[in-house]
Parts: sequence; structure tokens; C-alpha cells
Amino acid sequence: MSVAESEPVEAENPLVAGLERQPVRSTAMVIFGAVGDLASRKLLPGIYNLAHEGALPERIALIGVSRGKLSDEDFRASAREAIERFSRRRPDPDVLAGLLENFRYVQGAFDDDTLYARLAETLTGLDQSLGTQLNRIFYLSTAPEFFPTITGRLGAQGLSSSEDAEVRVVIEKPIGYDLASARAQTESVHQYFEESQVFRIDHYLGKETVQNLMALRFANALFEPVWNRNFIDNVQITAAEDIGIGTRAGYYEGAGALRDLVQNHMLQLLALLAMEPPTEFEANRLRDEKVKVLEAIAPPALDEVAAMAVRAQYGPGVVSGAEAAGYRDEPGVAADSRTETYAALRLYINNWRWAGVPFYLRTGKRLARKLTEIAVTLRPVPHSAFQGPDSGGVQPNQVILTLQPDEAVSVSLGAKVPGTKMQIRPVNMEFHYGTSFLSESPEAYERLILDVMRGDATLFTRADEVEALWRIIDPILAAWELDTDTPIPQYAAGSAGPVQAVELLDGRAWRRL
Amino acid sequence: MSEARWAERDTTPERIEAALRELLRERHAENEALVPARVLNLIVVAEREWRGEVVNRLERVGSYHPSRTILCTVEDERRTIDGYATVSGDVADEGGVGVLRESVEIALGAVHTGRMDTIIDPILIPELPTVIWSPHCRDDAVEALLPLADVILIDTDDPVYFDGPGAALSRAAELLDSHVDVVDLAWLRTIAWRERLAGSFSDPARAGLLDGLRRIYVRHHPGSIVSALLLTGWLASRLGWSASALEPTAGGARSAVAVRTGGGPSVAIEFSPVKQAIRGLAGVTVSGSSGFSLAFERAAGGLVAREQRAGSKPRQWQLFGASRGEAGILGEGVRQALIRDHIYGPALQAARSFSQ
Repeated sequence: MSVAESEPVEAENPLVAGLERQPVRSTAMVIFGAVGDLASRKLLPGIYNLAHEGALPERIALIGVSRGKLSDEDFRASAREAIERFSRRRPDPDVLAGLLENFRYVQGAFDDDTLYARLAETLTGLDQSLGTQLNRIFYLSTAPEFFPTITGRLGAQGLSSSEDAEVRVVIEKPIGYDLASARAQTESVHQYFEESQVFRIDHYLGKETVQNLMALRFANALFEPVWNRNFIDNVQITAAEDIGIGTRAGYYEGAGALRDLVQNHMLQLLALLAMEPPTEFEANRLRDEKVKVLEAIAPPALDEVAAMAVRAQYGPGVVSGAEAAGYRDEPGVAADSRTETYAALRLYINNWRWAGVPFYLRTGKRLARKLTEIAVTLRPVPHSAFQGPDSGGVQPNQVILTLQPDEAVSVSLGAKVPGTKMQIRPVNMEFHYGTSFLSESPEAYERLILDVMRGDATLFTRADEVEALWRIIDPILAAWELDTDTPIPQYAAGSAGPVQAVELLDGRAWRRL
Repeated sequence: MSEARWAERDTTPERIEAALRELLRERHAENEALVPARVLNLIVVAEREWRGEVVNRLERVGSYHPSRTILCTVEDERRTIDGYATVSGDVADEGGVGVLRESVEIALGAVHTGRMDTIIDPILIPELPTVIWSPHCRDDAVEALLPLADVILIDTDDPVYFDGPGAALSRAAELLDSHVDVVDLAWLRTIAWRERLAGSFSDPARAGLLDGLRRIYVRHHPGSIVSALLLTGWLASRLGWSASALEPTAGGARSAVAVRTGGGPSVAIEFSPVKQAIRGLAGVTVSGSSGFSLAFERAAGGLVAREQRAGSKPRQWQLFGASRGEAGILGEGVRQALIRDHIYGPALQAARSFSQ
């Protein structure tokens, strides 16, 4: 048993009261996969930026673990290069030099028991040389097949718990490949780590706009009265990308759009949009509400999948005026690949608030533009006083939450067109996050790394939440895998997606990309 | 970069406001992706002769730039009002928005300062918080503007404009009592020190040592005694100490004694000016009766910490954090105008007891 449950620091230490940034305990962070893409682009620059801002704890050490043969000095040089290249700020030479001093490197294969003995030795050495008992964070920035290997060996080596320090493990997506593998992963992690020690990262939740979704709903009396089946006609959640799979064919062929974005990011957005208000903004209260709403989505039976889900692949087309190859022509993709690059779903939440309201989700690669948004369309007014030929402009109100490319909220309203006639047309009332705060948002990873150091799991996915997410997706995946005959619909690269997706909408239309 | 300018001699607030609206309309018509920022109104009242310095500081506040900045430069003999308006912003990336910022400069005379509210009010964006900053302490203008203000930005560490630390702290207390929020740059210069002290005593290895503190020794830039007093005032307010008035000691240093309200040994408090280029604090040492001492010193790349425990070797390490610089402190002041700091008031009251 670790001391993961955070102690009431404030009660013991009156100095922390009222500080905007609460203290964090001294920490050793161990990154498995420390020279990989995620570590180089996000984790190491994120840690540097926390140091730059003075947000890191009193003592901080970082141990990189990887198969490559590197010395401590080599690793520091590689980390320096990554930070200088990818940090959102130009590094301060003194901060960077000081930070790198406590970087160590431990080389080995993740299934090599001696690696963990050397890791334990390095951690103990850091405790001694820094003169304090450091908390431990094990960050698994590796392919998911290594998760059980690493957590199992950490446990076997006695590194998963400590009498004197808090020990946490951070797991990157994908959390499982399906419900069974997600459960197996949870079980293997739980062999040595308690759930309170496990931080499953979905970096979407670290984005300011996603957190702003909760602020919009629960800090404004304007929206909550209409946030239900009586007033809302439908919800569309879109995560469109204009890029293809690039060099990620190896990963993408085994994943597809449903696993890549819908099972995690998009269903998380749905949960935050549809959940009941938590009694307080606290990790378990918030996650309880998310789980409740996810469990209210009835997973489809296998024979229902065709009517509520559409998959497709991008074919050749034109993107930004240039010819773009089709998915099956991308390097590393099988010529007969059945992996979907587009997925659209129609889901219903079977509870008092949302019964009968369709939630439409769509995501795809090589679509017309990059756009992530949630569009909530209200029901039409019950009676239009503006009858006749001029009444055509009266449209249902929409609340649009845009996450990319800009972070914004807009509300469409019907307004009179200036003139002598009573002509109505929709106008937008917009709030752009950047124009209303101006300050540069920290990278999602910075916020999340600091939350792990603090032991605040609010923005991380709990095990039962992972299961609830997979329970929705699993039957769809199973039905698609069983269907090996129906040709996968194709859509032109640079288009808005396959025509088949329109059939999900019960006579409605997708919002324009 | 998109920028449009307007200027008019012997103008009126109404004409300045109309010019701003027209500049915004033109920018938006030219490119729909250019939209005005809506964060806060910042009114700056400065002496005309120091205009350049103030403009320079405002330009370097970085990402915390307010959306509408109204710089009023005062020349004692001037009888007319000249107005200059600029709307500028970065051109948006494809599919994104470009944020437009509005700057107004009004050249006016001492004859105008007593009723400056009537000049500024028409130019404010009504629904936004309004912040006043008067770096050269034009108190007549500030008094006139207070009814329009939500927040006032002051620097109680500025020795040129206050007659000693007591007057500076009293002025801050007076403003707090006038129901505006006060953001004090001297207080913001202590943020890193407060965070590091609080963090140190959250470490279980130092549990209980707070109760045993016997001496606080603060080193500060010669012009930053108020930052030192505010830091110590914060400690006193959080730990339930009542401090005595400052007594001068050798070499410009000062000392005081704090008594714990719950009883127990007193705490010796010492302040020493030290040479350093940057304003603010240079170092803090807290020590206890058990041979414990923890010192923080300003250094390149953050602070250097030194700890001494009875029976142990002294330890030293670096606490990371890049210096914000004075422009960064002002930027932080603008950011703090959007939030509320509930511990400044009690720290200010405790700091005032040193000067009574």
C-alpha cells in the first residue's frame, strides 16, 4: 500500500492557503520510452516549461529508460535537443542546464529483470544524493503491449509501492484494443498498483477548451435549463482531420478511426457534454458522473450496428489543391485493407435527461478541413409568428463549441434582417477563447504532468470509465470484423466524408466542415 | 501584422471612441478573421516626460496584454486634448482568428486630471473589467478614475513616489478600503519566494518546523523594502504572529520582533538591503531553535536553496524558474487583475504593523 491518498497538506501547513499554485512533493519521474516521439515532442518540453515557470517541486529528477545504449550524458544531450526543438518557449540556459543535471539514463529491454534492479538502484541513489525521499512517477510512454511487462516487473522489483513515498504510474492510450484486452490490462496493472495510483492519460482532457466545456455548462445558468430532451433536438460531435495517416500506417492499420479517436477523445467529449453536474470538481465525483452517462448508452446488438454506424476509407482526391493518395495507396497499408479511416455513429443515452436525443459522432482522416467541434441543435420554436415567404430564415438555435482550429463557443440566434420587412436570418454570437483571455494556454501535457505530481486524477480516465467506453465500441468493432464481404465505402480525400454517413441522421444534415 | 492608426489634435472623447469603432469596423471588413480581443480595459496615467519608458513596459507585457489600453500622458501646462488610436493584430492562420488589440493615447493637461473620469468613461468597453495603473502616482487622476475602476495596479515598492514604506502600505490599504481590488507589483515580486517557502514546509521531512521558527532574515534590493515587509507580513498573517515596529540597525538594516498570538517564543525579523540589479528580494533565511535553517538566494535560473539541519551536513540545490523581469511582473499584474488574491489583504495589514 502506498501513501497515494494525498495527505491534507493545507491543514498542516498554513502557508499553502490561497496560493494559486499549490506545492508539489519532490519527485523522480521515470519515463519508459524516453527517446521516443512522445517523450521528445511533449513530455520533456512539458517538464522544461514547468521548470521555466517555477512550477516543479523542490527536488526533481528524471530517469530515461529505453533499449538504446546511451550514457547519462548522451541522454542529457538528446533531451536538450528535444527541449530546444519542441519547447513552446525559448529555453533559459540556466534553467535548462540545472534541470538536465538530475537527468539519468537506464538502458535495457523492458522484459529484462536486471533493468528494474538497476532502476531501483538509481532511484535509491537519487534519494540519497538529493537528500530526500522522492515520490515516484513511472510514465509508460511505450507501445501498449509493454504495459503489463513493465508494471509487472516494477511490482516484482518492489517499485510499485513505498512506505515513505507516493508511487504513481501513468499510462498512455490506447488503453486496450477492445473490452477484453482493456480489462486484461487493468487486471495486470492492478496486480501491483491500486487504482488510485494509476493515471490513464487522455491528453484531450488537459485541453483548456475541454475543461471550459464544464465551465460553460456548470458556471452559467443560461444553458442548463435547456440542456435536455425537451429543448435539444440532436448533438453532433465532429473530429475531422485534413491530414492522412502519414508515417503511422503500422499503428493505424491495427487501430482505425473508431479506436483512434471515437473510443477515447470523442466519447469523453460526449460524457462531459451529457453528464449530470458533479457535486464538486473532484476526481471521483466527476468520474462517477461520466461513468453513469456512459453506462446509459446501450451498446448495440451485432445486427443493429449497420443501422447506427458507418465506416469508410479515403480514396484518392484533392486536398488544398494538391493530389492526395487514397488510404490503400499509402506506404505500409495493405492493398486490401479494411481499416476504417472514417467512422460515424448514432448513439442514444437512455436516461431521463437525454432519452430520444440522437448523438451523432463522426471522425475521419483526409477530410475537407481540420475541425473539432460539438454542435448542440435546439428544437425549433413551437410556433413561428413569422409566417409566409419571409419565415424561411427562422432556424433552430445552435450552441457550437469549437476545439480546433480555434477554441470558441458560439450561439446562433435568429435576427431581423434590416429593412422594411420582417425577414429573419441566423446570426452568430461568438466567444473566442483566445480573444477573451489572450494568455497562452499551457500545453495539455504540462497541466497533466503537474496533476500527476500532485496526485490529482480529475482529468484522467478511471478503470470503470475505460470499460464503459469499450462496452459501447466493442460490438461495433465485432460487427465490422465479422463482415468481411461488404465493400468498405470510399470517400474522396478532401471531401466531407462518405454519403452513407448521411443515412444515420434521420433526415437531418451533417454540419458543414 | 495588421495595423491602422488615427490621430487628431484638440479632439474629444466622443471622437476618439468613434474613431476606434471605425478602425475596428474597417479591420474586420478587410478580414473577417480579425476580431477584437475582449479581456480588460487598462487605463495608464503617466507623466508626459516618462511616456517612452511606460510605452516600452507596456509593449513587453507579452501575452497578458490587455485588449484596450488607454495611455493618458499628462503635461502640466497643456490645455487641449490630443488623441491617437491604433488597432493592431496578427493576421490569422488559415481557419483561425486574428486577435485585434486597441491602443489609445490621450495627451492632456493637469487641468483635466481632476475630472479624468469624464474623458475616459466614453472610451471604455463597458462590460469588461477596468484596471488603473498610475506609475507616476497622479493621485488626483486616480481619485477621479476610481469610480470607473474594478482593479488598481500599484507598486508599493516604488520609493520615488511614496514617502517611505509606511506611506506606501497605507496607500495600498486605503485603496483596498475603497472597494476596488488592488494588485500590488511589490507583492507579485514575492510570488516565487512565497511558493517556495510554502512548498518547503509541505515536505513531511520538515513537518513541525514551522512552529519552531525563531528568526526570519530577508535580503532585498535597496528600493524593495516593501516587498520584504509584504513577504514577512504574509508569514505573520499565515502563522498568527503580531510584529513590532521596525527599528533601524547598522548599515541600513532594520529589525523587528514578532510575537505568536498563541504564546511561545518570539521571532526575530531582520531586513538588509543588498546590492542587486533586479528589484525585489535577494534572499530569505528562516531558522529555528533546533539548528534548522533554510535559505533561498536569487541566482541564475531560479533560486539557490541551502539547508542546515542539526547533526547533518549543509545541503544546497537549485529551485528552477526563469526570471520574469519587470515587464513580466507588469504582465503578471495584468493577469492577476482577472483573478482575486485573498491573502494580500491580511499580509498587507501585518506588514503595516512594522511601520506603526
